Amino acid sequence: MKRRHFIKQTAAAGSLIGLGGIAMSTTPSPSKKQITILHTNDVHSHIEPFAANDPKYANQGGVARRLTLINSIREENPNVLLLDAGDIFQGTPYFNFYGGELEFKLMSMLGYDAATIGNHDFDNGVGGLAKQMPHASFELLSANYDFTNTIMEGLTKPYRVFVKEGIRIGVFGIGIQLEGLVNKRQFKETKHLDPVELTDDMTRILKEEEACDLIICLSHLGYDYSNKNRISDLKLAASTKDIDLIIGGHTHTFLDKPTITQNKEGNIVLVNQVGWGGIQVGRVDFHLDPVKGNEHTSTFYNI
Amino acid sequence: MVLKKITYSLFFVCIFTLFTSCKEDTYNTSRVDAELVPIDRSIKEDSSITAFIAPYKASVDKEMDSVLAYAPTSISKNDTRYNTALGNMMADAVFEMANPVFKARAGYPFNAVILNHGGIRAPLNKGNVTTGSAYELMPFENEVVVVELSGFQMKELFQYLAKGKAHPISNLQVILNEDGSLKKGTIQGHEIIDNETYFVATSDYLQKGGDNMTFLSKPVSLLTLDYKIRNVLIDYFKKYDTIAPVRDDRFIKE
Repeated sequence: MKRRHFIKQTAAAGSLIGLGGIAMSTTPSPSKKQITILHTNDVHSHIEPFAANDPKYANQGGVARRLTLINSIREENPNVLLLDAGDIFQGTPYFNFYGGELEFKLMSMLGYDAATIGNHDFDNGVGGLAKQMPHASFELLSANYDFTNTIMEGLTKPYRVFVKEGIRIGVFGIGIQLEGLVNKRQFKETKHLDPVELTDDMTRILKEEEACDLIICLSHLGYDYSNKNRISDLKLAASTKDIDLIIGGHTHTFLDKPTITQNKEGNIVLVNQVGWGGIQVGRVDFHLDPVKGNEHTSTFYNI
Repeated sequence: MVLKKITYSLFFVCIFTLFTSCKEDTYNTSRVDAELVPIDRSIKEDSSITAFIAPYKASVDKEMDSVLAYAPTSISKNDTRYNTALGNMMADAVFEMANPVFKARAGYPFNAVILNHGGIRAPLNKGNVTTGSAYELMPFENEVVVVELSGFQMKELFQYLAKGKAHPISNLQVILNEDGSLKKGTIQGHEIIDNETYFVATSDYLQKGGDNMTFLSKPVSLLTLDYKIRNVLIDYFKKYDTIAPVRDDRFIKE
């Protein structure tokens, strides 16, 4: 892999000599990369499309169609990460009958890379979630649920770094406060830690120690609240740094397009969410150019 | 001669940058495209997924379509004012089916039931009553909890009901004056005694403050039954061949 990379570069350098210095800026570099992020949230066990007589979402959604879409995007660009922002469980009899087994098996078949945990993923208790983990070939990421002394201990990771064609993509998960949303009998000894503090830890690790080129937060905090003291995706974006994309959930928010907002350093963060029930898939394409040293080029947001 | 020299030096510059960029391997995002892709009928289903789902679907459909009882007429939560046949059926089902569970743990039965009008999510249609009917009536996972209320909290409960919405109740009676004010509120035929406590079954959703039933939020004591309201309905439908509840005088206006 490294060697092929080197050969490509040499070939480009060779052609530069022939064309002269002017060509340097106009010839597209072969080492440009494209990373495609696909995401869902709050699918809530909607395995089949909504019924034809559904008053709002008739004939929309469906896991089988989602795979067709994902496969066609993978053909176009193999550097795809497929992510979910939680509340995979609860909403159709499939969950009541199989406890989430089918949801996890299908997500594994679709090739999901990672998901975070929503409040409804505790609906059969920490035990009910742990029971389905053998069916998940994807990572369950959560930085701010401390599962110590629960059956989920050791079954999640705070973050995971995915490497696609040399590009390092750090993904971490942030969950919502469980008190008041989920019965204590279900979440048991799970501790919810401060989302901003844990995000600061994650971005520092992913940026400095893991040298990630892109940082993505999978959040189940909710898009925005009228109570501005309440933590949300927009508030998390504004209170932290180094995140490129927050993929949200919980509030079932349908956006016309991803939100462009700023972090605490004034840099751009994208916040996206695709409603619920699997009736949309979010797609974000990051185009990356190699740079020398600490050079910073401008980014064009075509949104 | 001079030209040749320039070419060579350019070559060295290129080689130099090549090595440094290879080593550092850092990237800047130059462009971001984003879109929301709808999943609709224009996208063909992946046949491997459809085939994988099929046996699960067959099993779920079979269970959902299994006939538990029969309804001779269609009833809905909006048929009548103050109390409805459908609401009465739901509250009475909780009273009947959940009371043995409570009694087994507490040693005595609870006295009454209060649910909420908004929690009835569908009508019960004439014809076969299936497991699917119970899921339609109660798609949520709410479960039965029993609260111990003070006499004062019971009076708050009656004042709340006096607002007139047909919240399902069982073993409570509410009579409103012609002007809509509360005339009488009784529990199992008895007036409320201030320094007495009463055991009322409700849903965990309402107990936690849903529909602003704040009189349920701070009970004297609380017991959860691990019995989902949907399962109460399924068990009730299994117990009776015919589901034909009626409107009665449990909540009326004079």
